[in-house]
Amino acid sequence: MLLIECPWCGPRDEQEFGYGGEAHIVRPADPHALDDAAWGEYLFMRTNRKGAHRERWVHSEGCRRWFNVVRDTVSHEILAVYRVGEAPPAAGRRGE
Amino acid sequence: MSEQPFRLFAGGRVDRERPLDFVWAGRRLQGYAGDTLASALLANGIHLVGRSFKYHRPRGILSAGAEEPNALVQLERGARTQPNLRATQVELYAGLHAEPQNCWPSLELDVGAINGLVSRLLPAGFYYKTFMWPRDGWMVYERFIRRAAGLGRAPSEGPDPDVYDKMHVHCDVLVVGAGPAGLAAALAAGASGARVILADEQSEPGGSLLATRETLDGEPAARWVERALADLGAMDEVRVLPRTTVFGYHDHNYLTLAERVTDHLPPGSAPDRPRQRLWKVRAREVVLATGAHERPMVFAQNDRPGIMLAGAARTYVNRYGVRPADRALVVAADDGAYAAAVDLADVGVEVTVVDVRAQAPACAEQARARSIEVLAGHGVVRTFGGSRVRAAEVAPLDGTGAGWAGGARTLRCDLVAMCGGWNPTVHLFSQSGGRLAWNAERACFVPAEARQRVRVAGAANGTFSLAAALTEGRAGGDAAARAAGFSGGADVALPAAEEGAEPAPTRALWSLPTRPPGGAPAKHFVDFQNDVTANDVALAAREGYRSVEHLKRYTTTGMGTDQGKTSNVNALGILAGLLGREVPEVGTTTFRPPYTPVTFGVLAGRDVGALADPVRTTPMHRWHVAQGARFEDVGQWKRPWYYPRPGESMHDAVSRECLAARNAVALLDASTLGKIEVRGPDAGELLDRIYTNGFKKLPVGRCRYGLMCREDGMVLDDGVSARLADDRFLVHTTTGNAARVLAWLEEWRQTEWPELRVWCDSVTEQWATASLSGPFARRLLGELTRDIDLDPEAFPFMAWRAGTVAGIPARVMRVSFTGEQSYEVSVGAGFGLALWTAIALAGERYGLTPFGTETMHVLRAEKGFIIAGQDTDGTVTPHDLGLGAMVARHKDFIGKRSLARADTLRADRKQLVGLRTDDPREVLPEGGQIVARAGGRPPVPMLGHVTSSYWSANLGHSIALALVKGGHARLGESLVVQLPQRSVPVTVVAPTFLDPDGERMRG
Amino acid sequence: MAEQHGRQSALAGLGLDAQARISTRGAGEAGVRLGERPWRAQLALRGDPESEAFLTGVESVLGVAPPTAPLTVSSRRGVACLWLGPDEWLVTLPDRREPRAIARLEERLAGLHFAVNDVSHARTVLGLAGPRAREVLMKGCALDLHPRSFGPGRCAQSSLARCHVLLHQLDAEPAYDLYVHRSFAEYAWRWLCDAAAEHGLAIVAD
Repeated sequence: MLLIECPWCGPRDEQEFGYGGEAHIVRPADPHALDDAAWGEYLFMRTNRKGAHRERWVHSEGCRRWFNVVRDTVSHEILAVYRVGEAPPAAGRRGE
Repeated sequence: MSEQPFRLFAGGRVDRERPLDFVWAGRRLQGYAGDTLASALLANGIHLVGRSFKYHRPRGILSAGAEEPNALVQLERGARTQPNLRATQVELYAGLHAEPQNCWPSLELDVGAINGLVSRLLPAGFYYKTFMWPRDGWMVYERFIRRAAGLGRAPSEGPDPDVYDKMHVHCDVLVVGAGPAGLAAALAAGASGARVILADEQSEPGGSLLATRETLDGEPAARWVERALADLGAMDEVRVLPRTTVFGYHDHNYLTLAERVTDHLPPGSAPDRPRQRLWKVRAREVVLATGAHERPMVFAQNDRPGIMLAGAARTYVNRYGVRPADRALVVAADDGAYAAAVDLADVGVEVTVVDVRAQAPACAEQARARSIEVLAGHGVVRTFGGSRVRAAEVAPLDGTGAGWAGGARTLRCDLVAMCGGWNPTVHLFSQSGGRLAWNAERACFVPAEARQRVRVAGAANGTFSLAAALTEGRAGGDAAARAAGFSGGADVALPAAEEGAEPAPTRALWSLPTRPPGGAPAKHFVDFQNDVTANDVALAAREGYRSVEHLKRYTTTGMGTDQGKTSNVNALGILAGLLGREVPEVGTTTFRPPYTPVTFGVLAGRDVGALADPVRTTPMHRWHVAQGARFEDVGQWKRPWYYPRPGESMHDAVSRECLAARNAVALLDASTLGKIEVRGPDAGELLDRIYTNGFKKLPVGRCRYGLMCREDGMVLDDGVSARLADDRFLVHTTTGNAARVLAWLEEWRQTEWPELRVWCDSVTEQWATASLSGPFARRLLGELTRDIDLDPEAFPFMAWRAGTVAGIPARVMRVSFTGEQSYEVSVGAGFGLALWTAIALAGERYGLTPFGTETMHVLRAEKGFIIAGQDTDGTVTPHDLGLGAMVARHKDFIGKRSLARADTLRADRKQLVGLRTDDPREVLPEGGQIVARAGGRPPVPMLGHVTSSYWSANLGHSIALALVKGGHARLGESLVVQLPQRSVPVTVVAPTFLDPDGERMRG
Repeated sequence: MAEQHGRQSALAGLGLDAQARISTRGAGEAGVRLGERPWRAQLALRGDPESEAFLTGVESVLGVAPPTAPLTVSSRRGVACLWLGPDEWLVTLPDRREPRAIARLEERLAGLHFAVNDVSHARTVLGLAGPRAREVLMKGCALDLHPRSFGPGRCAQSSLARCHVLLHQLDAEPAYDLYVHRSFAEYAWRWLCDAAAEHGLAIVAD
């Protein structure tokens, strides 16, 4: 079970969280200006990255806050945690 | 009563003052406190303890620990019986009852042994080959195989009478294994003040120190163990867990431990305590001091009872005070064998040593000093004996080890003790993701590169000398504590260990020559539990199974309950030799949890029976129970399903309830509906963006039904929202979707629209709701309230009012899910029962009838109202439901763009319609598949399925809702619902069966 | 008391008053004491933690300011404010003080973006105390409750067995208040009784 550091509540077991898929997918400002292909891109297409993956989690059993995590999808190592609205850290680990 | 003929007069850690009677295979025997079942059996001269899995060959006790492949027993009887326990780990207690497994009619006379004679019919890959050809063969063979093979029996009487526990615990340093390295690590980490857990699988800590005659500080090593434990006991933050197996090493230093709390006591003798406890440990740092497992040697007929690991023989002598034999042949590929030879000789066993290495090592001097004959450069050709080994043939090996270089000589012996080298117990390290490396000198895999925060010390790290293990353990414990932010453990004093001779390299002779001089090849067992021989490995290699993972699956080597602890490396070595490659190139199979088997009981813990899952009840639950309601599970809720009167069937009761709701007045417990307060200046804006229809302009005091979609345009949930104030809405959700809808609102609010000034809070549990339906609803409610004007002009349909009902502060909403005149009365949950009772009392003269979810479903289906999750399944748009009018044109909302996708505009989408059966009494099964006409050659195109179906007592015929391809254009069309045995003709109709204009509910 | 003027506590159906009369005598030796502490008024409070006006406004009404440090509790004279999230608190008050508290908060905070909801009925409080209370919680809660990580004045939301719990440590004995949702209360109660049996359990009245 992963240990995920909620930016507010600190490290908690994975089972307290919900997974929200890939982060930084912005809802188009005017969906109706998009054709079906562009809308489908937003709706369905994800990068499915091997390695450092930026993804959303919500602390459902705790403070109910959504936040972002950079997780290595191979080793499951969590490389960074940051709040919604914050820019994703460049490379490297938390605290470095 | 037996007198334990092979028990030594003194020595060992058994308590001769505490004899314990036990029963083995129907025989009453005696052992001592401190024994394992295995040591007690050996003290009684019993070596034959089981029959092998495939060939039913007689098998004895191979080891003295967790790696045991042979001595698997069925422990106890009745509901407490347990299969496949290792006799080497079962602690003896008074009255213990154990039976051998896999033998019939008895251990000595086993019919299945015929398999041994026809073993050529059961080659490697037998199961796979049977599976593949002939095609139906498996069906025939399976029954035979299941009965003849297999291990113990699962308990068939239930339920399990014992209690199991779980503990979640966090620590700075988890030390696994309490041998010399582990104790030193725990002492160092504990001295730093860190929170330390020391877990050890045995009955008492000490590990190898309990099994040898080594000294520390000039005293028996066990004395130092006692002192170390006393020191650890004095440290507040150190927790020592004996009888605790760390069986899983998961991500982020999460480890799972199984503690056998009372398994060492007679069953049922400690009713206040759990039998076993699962520890879920989150450790900042881990030190693995898990020791090493000795490897058997692979030679012809190496599986007879009386053939065991040399270290095990030594353990039985030193720890349990058992003399396992009169004459022993010790077979060595590693120096470890000599210590066993010496210890055996010192308790009066006649010993000969055969060393496969060309030269005897330095430590052989100790053996020679005891007049032990040492035959260097020799190997075992084969063995003799039935239920016990009685002799062995030995011969000189040629230089390569592939053949014999001289004549054989037969030695009488009733014990063959073998030491093929030592495998560090790298299971947990490997589970943690760590990489292994090959140590050629000691012919074993050792931990190389860690992926998690873990260190390895002692024999588990390939550090086999006692002094070095102690030093490495201390260093590991100190480094782990430092990494966790604690220091000061490096100075912990370590005892002085004896300096032994420099060990000679282990000889990696994976299999002794297969053919005896002039004889036919005999079985060289690699995996004892699964009866895999060196020949099976060779056959697999010839047939092309060159990957170690394929080898494992094809031959089943390493797949038993022991997971190949004694066999895997030998199998790899043999395969490598056949392929002409080095062992590390062949690699290892994946080590997976659990390290040793764990019970289902300990994994379930107390999540069984009444505590298996929360049962959520409403504040009115006791009333429903008292009225004899039958309950329906809706998520975790128990909701009244229907209220049968004496003698009534479900059909009768539901029909009565349905008629009452349409003709008089009826009462439903609606407390379980999800309720969310949405507050703030942008509350209306948020709802406008979430719902397909508009809410910003809803006047205060009014309610509106809303539909919400996912971004792909599919209906997610529906419900009524009330505007409580300009900046305040109360949103209702489906019972099962309460948490999901709140999370959905929060997700958009937090991640996409943080600029919206709005809060969302669940108030589901704050309110109890009683829902009145029927033509007399208003009159009944009028008797219970004075301050709410119920006149339809003042309080119209889809409005809400605050006031008091039955003297209780209440909120009343005029909404209707039944299609009747309806009022939903909500009060603080604590007042729910009082409200309900007051309504029930006042309602008597109106014929008030309580109704459950079944009647609710019928009534709403008569009206064609959907239930999200029953009539929708995540593939249905508002248009598909015929609710296109609820899709706002002049605003955006989640999912709106998707409603204009080519796919959602298709005319042949599945759409909601009503179905009438030609036979009005026929009630279709929900889920029934709809086709165009009966019969026809498959594949028959499926047009859709029935989503809701009921008998309508009000209409006098059955009704159904269905999702049908292009359904909206099929009104009046005849279709067929295809059931397994017959076809039911139906007609497609509009999905509203009663009062399509809604006059009843508006009135 | 499980019943009061027609109002029923979440565990009214279990007859806890009678159980307490039987078992309270042994409470001194029991490793764990457990009881329902009903009738606590509770308010769900939302607001901007960076708004000085909000924080001081709340303090002027309740006597305690909403704590801005995560997982902490401010309490004074029977009023406690438990941190639930960065803009979310649970205020607990003596019974029947909630209508006036709500009215005064709405008056005092008028014009600010905030929200207060009466949730007094939504949860009940289970009091769990005694020398082995922490170990009982550890059987079903994965939080690190060791004194080095958690202590009096701290609160946290997490899971207890299979239900959500808001945990508030009151003192170092340790004693805890466990806030559980009303419909889960019987499950939580039965689970706690089962888990505590090993340590000796006394049912106590509030």
